[in-house]
Amino acid sequence: MISQIGFISLFLGLSFSLLIFLFSLLDVNNNLVRIDKKILKLIFFQFCSVIFAFSFLIFAFLVSDFSNETVYNNSHSTKPLFYKITGVWGNHEGSLLLWLLVLTSFVLFFAIKSKNEPKNFRLHTILFHQIITIGFFIFVLKTSSPFNLIFPVPSEGLGLNPILQDPALGIHPPILYVGYVGTSIVFASALSAMINGYVNNEWAKNLKFWTFLSWIFLTGGILLGSIWAYYELGWGGFWFWDPVENISLMPWLSLTALLHCVVTLEKRNILKNWTIILSLITFMLSITGTFLVRSGILNSVHTFANDPTRGIYILIFLFVLIFISFIIFFLFENKNPEIKKEIFLLSKETSVLINNWFIIYFLTVILVGTIYPIFLDVISSEKISVGPPFYNKLILPFLLPFFLFMSIGPSMQWIKTNFKFKIKYIVYLFLTLAASLITVIFLNEKNILLYILFLALFYLAFKSLENFVIKKSNLAQSFSHLGFAMLMISILVNSFSSTEVIKNLNVGESFNLNNEKIFFKNVTTVKKNNYDSIQGLFEITNNKNETIKLKPEIRIYNQPVIATSEAAIKTTFLKDRFITINLIKDENIFNVRYQNKPFMIWIWISTLIIIFGGVFAIFDKTKKNYI
Amino acid sequence: MKLIQLSKNKILYLLIILVIILIPQNNFSDDSLNVNNISKNLRCLICQGQSVYDSNSDFALSMKIFIQEKIEAGLTENEIYDLLIKKYGQWISYDPGYSKTTFLLWFIPLLFFLFGGAIIYFKIYNSKKNFKK
Amino acid sequence: MCLQYLIKQKKIIFSLILLVILLISFFIFNKALKNENVYFPKLNDNKDYYIEDFSLPELFTNEKLSIKQLLEKKDFSIVNIWASWCVPCEKENSFLISLSNFDNLQIIGVNYKDRNKNAKSFLNKFGNPFNYNLVDANGTTSIILGAYGVPETFLINKNKKILLKIIGPINNNHLNEINSIIKK
Repeated sequence: MISQIGFISLFLGLSFSLLIFLFSLLDVNNNLVRIDKKILKLIFFQFCSVIFAFSFLIFAFLVSDFSNETVYNNSHSTKPLFYKITGVWGNHEGSLLLWLLVLTSFVLFFAIKSKNEPKNFRLHTILFHQIITIGFFIFVLKTSSPFNLIFPVPSEGLGLNPILQDPALGIHPPILYVGYVGTSIVFASALSAMINGYVNNEWAKNLKFWTFLSWIFLTGGILLGSIWAYYELGWGGFWFWDPVENISLMPWLSLTALLHCVVTLEKRNILKNWTIILSLITFMLSITGTFLVRSGILNSVHTFANDPTRGIYILIFLFVLIFISFIIFFLFENKNPEIKKEIFLLSKETSVLINNWFIIYFLTVILVGTIYPIFLDVISSEKISVGPPFYNKLILPFLLPFFLFMSIGPSMQWIKTNFKFKIKYIVYLFLTLAASLITVIFLNEKNILLYILFLALFYLAFKSLENFVIKKSNLAQSFSHLGFAMLMISILVNSFSSTEVIKNLNVGESFNLNNEKIFFKNVTTVKKNNYDSIQGLFEITNNKNETIKLKPEIRIYNQPVIATSEAAIKTTFLKDRFITINLIKDENIFNVRYQNKPFMIWIWISTLIIIFGGVFAIFDKTKKNYI
Repeated sequence: MKLIQLSKNKILYLLIILVIILIPQNNFSDDSLNVNNISKNLRCLICQGQSVYDSNSDFALSMKIFIQEKIEAGLTENEIYDLLIKKYGQWISYDPGYSKTTFLLWFIPLLFFLFGGAIIYFKIYNSKKNFKK
Repeated sequence: MCLQYLIKQKKIIFSLILLVILLISFFIFNKALKNENVYFPKLNDNKDYYIEDFSLPELFTNEKLSIKQLLEKKDFSIVNIWASWCVPCEKENSFLISLSNFDNLQIIGVNYKDRNKNAKSFLNKFGNPFNYNLVDANGTTSIILGAYGVPETFLINKNKKILLKIIGPINNNHLNEINSIIKK
């Protein structure tokens, strides 16, 4: 019963979409000043029908209605309440419904927020956005309906994969999706602005909001995913260059390029075509990501169930969108002529261009690295793996000039920079030199390139710090850049001075790492509602006889039966101590993995600072233009 | 005024000299041959999304012992990769290597970089030229 | 006028190139969707089809045997990697038994990461098709063979050349293939 209502509700949503599309089309060319009220109402109804369907799915999960196929495949009556709810989007069908929900709420949000924009611009944006929405409605209804029925009704569900039963992963998909889907407004708005000849600094003000909004959520989503991978996957890393991670990084990179670009368009009314291209690319990358993940074309830890028909559907949809944007760009490019302005070498404009140059390069590396193996397999049936060594080789050497540019870029002024020598630069240089030198010595990696990397990063950090502590100017930029510099410093320190021991241990044995003694004291077993746990107790004693206790676990879940290893982490401001245990088949010893990970917490903190910068940008009302 | 200017320059020179003196000597603490470092670059064939280092499957555990044996036998890192690629195909290595079929993989991103640089150069150069007229 | 025409032409050519690239990638992706994406190392992937020598203790006699000497005893050998904890191996055992009465074929087992006691009781329960059983306690020998799981089967001739490699349990098709090779 629940499922039928949910399905009908979704179907209604699709009908509303078609109506909105039709009415917007009719409304575009009449002479009225305001948008037809009907359209706004329909958008609201459309949102309601999706949220209605979504609530029904949640309800089906809550009451464990196993006549619903999605519930049966992903839930279990003994599962804790929280994971019954997060289980809704922990699978392909439910997550697509969530995607639809975000999509429809975004268009509603846009319709409300854009009241002061030109009518035709609003209408066209809604129109293009409905094309996307209709595409997704059909996709959900046709290939991945969350409301399929099973008969006879099973008495018990199959349960949710235990590694997904985690609070961080519970909120990771919604946040990530807001980031991904937010770019759909950017996309629709770009196409609409092109048609209406509205690609100017006024439009940039509007676009900026959506760009930053998506960017904030995308950054947050990636952060949560990394934190989850760090403590749940059990080997203490936070980024693996896994294809699915790359897919979230690609739209993030192009959004980052775009938000620098949008600001330039807003202040100087230049880079029109480039802003459009970036806006279009960003959403294309989101959809490409959806295609690569959902079709099962990739070999990754994260892939969803393979179903080629879904893959083909998204593929066709993706290319339809590409062709639409292609044709519109081709036809309406002349409508938004670039205003000829001189760009000076020493200016913020040049800095933004250089920033975009590097970001697009990083983006290409990741894009090519992700899809090249697929192409090669088809063309020559040769199978290769593209992993960390490839990305390290192509990205690391470029970080040095990138950081150098990034350290000077923000100090440039719009139009033209007049450098005046000030005593305080010397203070900065001294501070930077000292900080870098200390870091390099601390790391015991006396390498000149690393030293220069740190010079650039510390300079950027100090300069950004000055901007918001002393000058209190441009809070968004200085916050994000400070966060970025801190993030890179933390990652560098972390990757150069992490230490680890992997050993097979019996209870009562111990080993040493970094002047600390790690003692395997005992093992206890605990029975919980939905899993059995084997808990080890480790005591870590340092020179001063201070002891830390760590309790890593092996959990054997009952529904479905999967063993996972839960890391025990002791976080301090200087370093994380990370320990996992694993069972070894047929033996009574444990495989113990113990790691010292310096500055781990700073990686998360600095990412949060980056996000805060974005939040500032949203509320920052610009006063000054340089047109 | 001129005096201050001069002293500022002097300070600048001093700083540059300082930077040069303080430049650390180039000696990367050489990474000793290590099972962990090698197994990070190898793909586990049982659980295909993970590296041998990350995985706890039987294959990965045996592979780690195998690598340790080869290190003790005196093989270099690259010799170990080559050996395994010969046995299991290029797929096992996360480094796609340079070959006839992979040169585009390395080349396309670099081409984009050059292309982008050229566009920016001409954009700035042309805008200057336009305004000189 | 002329310049404008040129710019327009450039735009068209550029768009056409991009369109072609997009179309090609569409078809490539489309084809990729139909491909199997789980990787199995193929026999022609490794350039040397020949087996490296190694020595392992026998399961029952505990005597150290060299694979090279064993292979030279018969025209053809089947090397089968198995373990008592591997469920498909139980079914596979009957196929191996049906192969064990050829004169020119011997079956060499490689007991993968197993306990002696369990391995022996497995053979008691399901029958012992193996002429020899080598014990690979830590799994490294299987890596020398180029295998990565259980069960895995190789058909090897006297010259240590690998003729056939079967990943996963043997089925009837494989049986026919083996028959046709050794009856030649």
